[in-house]
Amino acid sequence: MTTAQGNREFHLDRETHAALIEHARSDFPYEVCGLLAGVDGRFTKHYRIPNAARSMTFYNMDPKAMLVAMNEMDDNDWDLLGIYHSHTHTAAYPSATDVELAFYADAVYLIVSLQDVDRPHVRAFDIVDGVITERTVVVDGKHLAHPSR
Amino acid sequence: MAIEVRVPTVLRKHTAGERRVSGQADDLRGLIDDLGARHNGLRSALVADDGSLHRFINVYVNDEDVRFIKGIDTPLSDGDVVSILPAVAGG
Repeated sequence: MTTAQGNREFHLDRETHAALIEHARSDFPYEVCGLLAGVDGRFTKHYRIPNAARSMTFYNMDPKAMLVAMNEMDDNDWDLLGIYHSHTHTAAYPSATDVELAFYADAVYLIVSLQDVDRPHVRAFDIVDGVITERTVVVDGKHLAHPSR
Repeated sequence: MAIEVRVPTVLRKHTAGERRVSGQADDLRGLIDDLGARHNGLRSALVADDGSLHRFINVYVNDEDVRFIKGIDTPLSDGDVVSILPAVAGG
């Protein structure tokens, strides 16, 4: 596995950023997951998809809920802009399993970490052919500071 | 029997960008054989070397996950809509 520090950005509005963290907290200590749809980088819908695995270390989007979401995106000509899940006990960085199962190369993979539950953190990655490239998360135009690197 | 297949964005490289293709078969296994013969690469995206569906590929017949029907032996009827989605999963 190799990692590159990219210079691309991933833009979130404040509401969506807060909604991701709120979703992650809602089922702590289990991982949550969801999809962000949009057009031209602007979000049109946030889908909270049940984690069929309901696990603290694994997520698998409920197939039926995912189908409904993907079909709605397709019918509306929305793009799948982001795929997110939470890490409830580890850093916001893709695990080996995240990389192995990253089948959607055109989407940005977002990870919400609740490792420090008082300071939830969102990071964004392109995962293409096993290569992780981080994007800078920008919320309402402000670069999100990393707690540590 | 004519079956409509919804192809996800990530697999459209195998269907010349088509988001919907049609196939002829009376079960899912036959449909995959039929599609594979006309859309290069699609078969290996769906099934393993032993002929079983890949674990992290979701296939649906009329929005029902075939894991809860008969898997790759799920029967198909004229007008059925088959959807394919790679799983979204990780750790």
